[in-house]
Amino acid sequence: MFVPGNNPGMMADAHIYGPDSIMLDLEDSVTMAEKDAARLLVHNALKSIDFGGTEMVVRINPLSTPYGRKDVEAVVKAGVDVIRMPKTETADEVRELEAEIIKVETELGCVGRTLIMAAIESALGVVNAYEIATASKRMMGIALGAEDYSANLKTQRTPGGAELLLARETIVVAARAAGIACFDTVYSNLDDMDTFRKEVELIKTLGFDGKSIINPRQIEVVNEVFAPSQKAIDKALRIIAAIKEAQAKGSGVIAVNGKMVDRPVVIRAERTIALAVASGILSKEEAL
Amino acid sequence: MEIKNAVAGTLESGDIMIQIAPGEGLQVDLQSSVAAQFGRQIKALITETLTGLGIDNAYVKATDKGALDCTIRARVTAAAVRATGKDVWKD
Repeated sequence: MFVPGNNPGMMADAHIYGPDSIMLDLEDSVTMAEKDAARLLVHNALKSIDFGGTEMVVRINPLSTPYGRKDVEAVVKAGVDVIRMPKTETADEVRELEAEIIKVETELGCVGRTLIMAAIESALGVVNAYEIATASKRMMGIALGAEDYSANLKTQRTPGGAELLLARETIVVAARAAGIACFDTVYSNLDDMDTFRKEVELIKTLGFDGKSIINPRQIEVVNEVFAPSQKAIDKALRIIAAIKEAQAKGSGVIAVNGKMVDRPVVIRAERTIALAVASGILSKEEAL
Repeated sequence: MEIKNAVAGTLESGDIMIQIAPGEGLQVDLQSSVAAQFGRQIKALITETLTGLGIDNAYVKATDKGALDCTIRARVTAAAVRATGKDVWKD
């Protein structure tokens, strides 16, 4: 969930709504005159506020601006989990960010702590998606930024999202090939929850791991769409139990309800369980 | 350290507005709905933050809207950086 980096009230309350991840924004939601103040606010908030174990991400300004390097220093020193790099177009940009992170981490004695998420927001970024996704071991995910991408394509966003289809599919495929996560873009019209739900259903079908949101009201819809059915959870739990039993017996072939269980079935079952835990349907203990 | 007039923060809920001006010693004028309960701690935090940045002479007007300590520290630092022109980051 995006939270403006210059709004201390929103920053302090964000985790109460239970997003999987909070993305404090130093880029587009902060005016140039307030970049210095927002950076200090985010730095101090990360160091002091108990976000209850929520993954903390900060969207920094591009390194090509006067703000980017200071943003990296401020958030790495505050122990951020993930830096979101905006408008990523090439693997070299990721490596440049990594070098900046290493500089600060070396000073702190914690090299390797900070992960990177790259936002792809242009045609060139989409073309280079796999190279970006594999540019660093710190890459934890890639994400689509649809507003800039649509503008770059010389089109505009539509409710059906036809203009985003190639980018979405490319990003999912690149992320899967790289073995990292992928996240869809925001949907900004809070008054149109029906279209929002359809968009979440679409991106789940395409294979995305989650959706960026701009308001706590959108959390419930994303969780509902991504939550697996009870039937699917029960089946997944039976598969995982059968796997464990077979492993204990040293058996190579596993069958559940008379059907052979092969590797893709196990992977799907594990994902179902992970989604059930993320959606709050199963506790971590029940998933074990 | 020489300072000029500077402002940071807003009057929105959860924030604090810090106005700094040249002064003799550190003088903090605080307006807060929780001044009776936390006024002393808020003033101490403002003074401690400024001293940590090497500012020993300034007049500070603070208008608090229920800011957390981390917000107060951030806003005082931002105002101080703007007042002195001396950043806390390297680049």
